[in-house]
Amino acid sequence: MTGRLRFARTFSGALGLTIVFVVVFVALLGNYFAPHDPTAPVGVPLAGPSGGAWLGTDVLGRDVFSRLLYGGRSVIGLALVATLLAYVIGLTIGLIAGYTRSKADPILMRTVDVMLAFPPLLFLLVLITGAGTGTAVLVIGVAAIQAPGISRIVRTATLEISVRGYVEAAVARGERSIAVVVREVLPNILAPVLVDAGLRFTYSILIIASVNFLGLGLQPPNSDWALMISENRQYINLNVWAVLAPAAMIALLTIGINLTGDAIARSLGRSYVPKATQTVPTA
Amino acid sequence: MTTTTAERGVGAREFSPVLRFLGRRIVGAILALFVASIVIFAGTVLLPGDAASVVLGRNATPENVAKLNAQMGLDKPAYQEYIDWVTGLVHGDLGDSAVGLAQGEKSAPIWDLISDPVKNSLILAAIAALFMIPLSLGLGAIAAVYAGKPVDHVISLGSLAAIALPEFVIGSLLIGVFFVGLDWLPPVAIVPPGGDPLSDPSKLVLPVATLLLASLAAGIRMVRAGMIEVLQAEYVQTARLNGLAEKRVLVRYAMRNALAPSVQVLAQNLQWLIGGIIITETVFAYPGIGSNLVTAVGNRDVTLVQSVAMLIAVVYVMLNLVADLIVLLLVPKLREPA
Repeated sequence: MTGRLRFARTFSGALGLTIVFVVVFVALLGNYFAPHDPTAPVGVPLAGPSGGAWLGTDVLGRDVFSRLLYGGRSVIGLALVATLLAYVIGLTIGLIAGYTRSKADPILMRTVDVMLAFPPLLFLLVLITGAGTGTAVLVIGVAAIQAPGISRIVRTATLEISVRGYVEAAVARGERSIAVVVREVLPNILAPVLVDAGLRFTYSILIIASVNFLGLGLQPPNSDWALMISENRQYINLNVWAVLAPAAMIALLTIGINLTGDAIARSLGRSYVPKATQTVPTA
Repeated sequence: MTTTTAERGVGAREFSPVLRFLGRRIVGAILALFVASIVIFAGTVLLPGDAASVVLGRNATPENVAKLNAQMGLDKPAYQEYIDWVTGLVHGDLGDSAVGLAQGEKSAPIWDLISDPVKNSLILAAIAALFMIPLSLGLGAIAAVYAGKPVDHVISLGSLAAIALPEFVIGSLLIGVFFVGLDWLPPVAIVPPGGDPLSDPSKLVLPVATLLLASLAAGIRMVRAGMIEVLQAEYVQTARLNGLAEKRVLVRYAMRNALAPSVQVLAQNLQWLIGGIIITETVFAYPGIGSNLVTAVGNRDVTLVQSVAMLIAVVYVMLNLVADLIVLLLVPKLREPA
């Protein structure tokens, strides 16, 4: 247990974990602390901070602080669902391609190559043009963007594991392929596959927030950090906090996840601290 | 285009591995574009929702819908429609804007609508790239040379933070500081139709800074990693053991070999820039192809989205191809027969 949490002892790991914890806490439980209804006007539009509205009011006179407390759920929730869906798809494709080594393998991998060569945001915009705005389109689109990369890593890891003795032993015992994959292969590829889960989650957050910002995802009157920025940015000189506060929350969340993910990757030995500094005398 | 590829493909086997490599890459690029065209077409047309009635909105009487469908060629079967679209693209005809036609215009050539925005976007991207290339190479190399030292920590943590931020957050924070806080720079980069974006360079400072912050980080991290790898290589150690000055080791031995992977990194960076430009232009209301695309998606201008998306895909794929070519010229090893 302590070995697994070693990353938290490094400075950036501890810092990242703390930030993530605080932001997720705000996003999930913040609504219980909100002083006002996030959709009801509480004063004149775009007023500066006051005793009644700590961060002032937004373009429709709603309390920015309350909306901030409500606005994290969609950011984290949608990204989480999209990322999980991507892993389910990616694991399925990668395991099948890697374990069966069938004729489907090269076809699958060529498709993956092409998907990786297509600008992700453009793919989402094209999808939205065809299917309209909506959370389902957003989640499925982001999962479709992420799945190819995951399936490629899964495939490589599976290829490596499936020639190991214990896998061959299981096959020799006469176990069904599905049992071999789930019991022998899957547990052993999880570590390398999940190492960049944090990065992928951040990426989902970035791209979903970006689409929401463009006004092509969640629609008003939802409280959503990205939507708050896009609603209020034209009036930024009237109440700067209506834009800066949600921007800061997104920034803290993604930076926190990245710091944590980076610290985990390093503690697992995917070092980015160079060995060169230890072995080669520097001038 | 296809004929030259075929010629190269045939000739390659007899001539040199360079041509063979090149031929393979070109065929691959064309294949990728073919798949991209199918994805774009299928994504916009085959999904539920009748394009014509969506574009027309409240004016979607049956007659109007039928008329617009005929104008856009949507009354034909999907495969015919696709073939017409691709044939047009190959001949340089991007088609007509669905929204333009829906507003009753006889013809609304997409190229006329996007030629100015394309020019504006190219200017913005070129300025950003001009700063990006030396900055990512320089900062990445510095971080690698001082790996593990405070300078490296500052650069690495900074790029780790920047890579985590979406363009619209970076842009909003920059506007908050440099417009609302300090009142140094304008918050928007509006250019009048037909105007020259360079006439007032102060307008472009924040958009370029946003693009740089968003796209530099990935490049710096990759150049740093590549450089560190090279610095560990035996020939660099040998050079050091031979007593060469550190500066000479870095410039003559390490830099040169770290450059090859960096070219691909830079191509990736430029691709990143293309994604970033869509958001950045919207943040600063800059009249480029990105903000045009976003408006078109909002209006469900199916034909315009198709053609612009395809145009961006072409640039994307071309960047990769050019990067491969430069790497080929930089790394002699790739030129030898396998």
